[in-house]
Amino acid sequence: MNKKVRKPVLAVGPFHPLQEEMEFFQLTVDGEIVTDIDVRISYNHRGIEKISESLQFDQVPFLVSRICGICSASHPLAYVQAVEELAGVKPPERALYVRTIINELERIHSHLLWAGLAGHFIGYDTVFMWAWKYREPVLDLLEEITGNRNNYGNVKVGGCREDIADELRPKILKELDEIEKKTDMLTKAVLDDPILHARLKNVGVLSKEDAIGYAVTGPTARASGLAIDVRRDDPYAAYADLEWNVITRPEGDVFAKVVVRLLEVFESIKIVRQATKKLPSGPISVEVKEIPAGEAVGRAEAPRGETFHYVRSDGGNRPVRHKVRAPSYVNVPSFKASCIGQHIADVTITLAAVDPCYSCTERLAAVEKDSKVVHDYDALLRLSREKTERIRKELL
Amino acid sequence: MKLQELLNRLSEIKDKLTKIEQASEKRIYLYCEAENSYAVNKFLFEDLGLRFVIETGIDSGPPFNPIDCFEIIYHYSDDESGCVVNLKVFIRDREKPAIESITPFLPAAEWIEREIHDILGIDFKNHPNLKRLILSDDWPEGVYPLRKEVKK
Repeated sequence: MNKKVRKPVLAVGPFHPLQEEMEFFQLTVDGEIVTDIDVRISYNHRGIEKISESLQFDQVPFLVSRICGICSASHPLAYVQAVEELAGVKPPERALYVRTIINELERIHSHLLWAGLAGHFIGYDTVFMWAWKYREPVLDLLEEITGNRNNYGNVKVGGCREDIADELRPKILKELDEIEKKTDMLTKAVLDDPILHARLKNVGVLSKEDAIGYAVTGPTARASGLAIDVRRDDPYAAYADLEWNVITRPEGDVFAKVVVRLLEVFESIKIVRQATKKLPSGPISVEVKEIPAGEAVGRAEAPRGETFHYVRSDGGNRPVRHKVRAPSYVNVPSFKASCIGQHIADVTITLAAVDPCYSCTERLAAVEKDSKVVHDYDALLRLSREKTERIRKELL
Repeated sequence: MKLQELLNRLSEIKDKLTKIEQASEKRIYLYCEAENSYAVNKFLFEDLGLRFVIETGIDSGPPFNPIDCFEIIYHYSDDESGCVVNLKVFIRDREKPAIESITPFLPAAEWIEREIHDILGIDFKNHPNLKRLILSDDWPEGVYPLRKEVKK
């Protein structure tokens, strides 16, 4: 009689092998409504900060570019900016423009990747196919510039390792026109779709107050009405010389995050186009002799938000402390504010909406109190898609 | 906030700080002792409206400090002036290092305080949920991987 009633728990995770972060969401549910969420991370902790203390300053960029396959330009950039601040080094103009081009191409491909995944979650596989198809030429461009589709390894303390060949510039501009046309078509198709409006508006709302309390960054913050962007607020690389806008939306729901990311792709295209046209001539790196004792901070706007690196040196050839804060570290805990009170069918897309370094394809399981699995990953995906289908029928 | 206004506002709490250092146009370092950390953090977040970025926990000693101690650096960003405000707090007790948690008024700090608790063994008083974040469940008690005595 006196048996303690355990609330049903919905487990999302723990392993998401497509991306480097493994996360485990435990949702407490009351019927179909989420009443609490607990996040566990670090199933695959690699100890990057500790490893960094055993590497020399010029080896660390290769380490931190492997923190995340998608943000493999932002992390090393934030790190080298910290070391350059420490050493009082100013990289040459051309290097700053090359860095800008690579980082914006990274943002374009990351946002397109996310748009595709978001479409997949709610049963819009056409969006998934389109977005990933249009992302491909961006990766090809990055490969031509740096030699790699990801993990570019192009930034170093004092400048860049590889230059953008002048004969490549017309090709970049031509590809940009093509990418812009296709993204425009995709964006219009998505934003004009009444079903998507019905499916994504007022879902997973993160209020402005919660966005401040959880200190979220990037598109997650900008879709909740916070106009923050490191590229504008603490300009680095060549951003201060170029014209572009910070995109914000006041609503804070999933739809606002879609709009912010898609419109940011156009701003990024604008930035790459200007930087490619204005690319100054000259060397791409300066020699850095030694790193003095001291401490410094470097930050860059990654596709998901502010990437923050703190470096301390004792005057030797290795950092004595290197702290890394990736944007998902503050964006993911905001699920506590955006998921509670949501319908289970909306959780997959709400969790995906902050674009955590967490991917779709792994195990999700709903466990009732007798340990019987009620919903697995496929069932949850089906729930999410059925809701879209239901809305579609109501609208037609 | 403009930089000058930010510096003026910071001087309001200078009796709680041991030092205010402006490293550049965009970087400010503040120093304080552990017992004042809660009040200064609350001032930075609630009164100045700075955006919390992260905390860095360091097992520190010479040449950065005359004696061995723990440092926690609270990084804040003032997005209007683009300035990073770093608040350095020193915890002198190496046997039982402890400091007041800022999570009760700043939910964004929950994870990082749990992480520092894991890797440096610092006790965050009044933290609502100080369980393990990054160490696995079978990691031995009392071994803190980012302390100096742990081999590289």
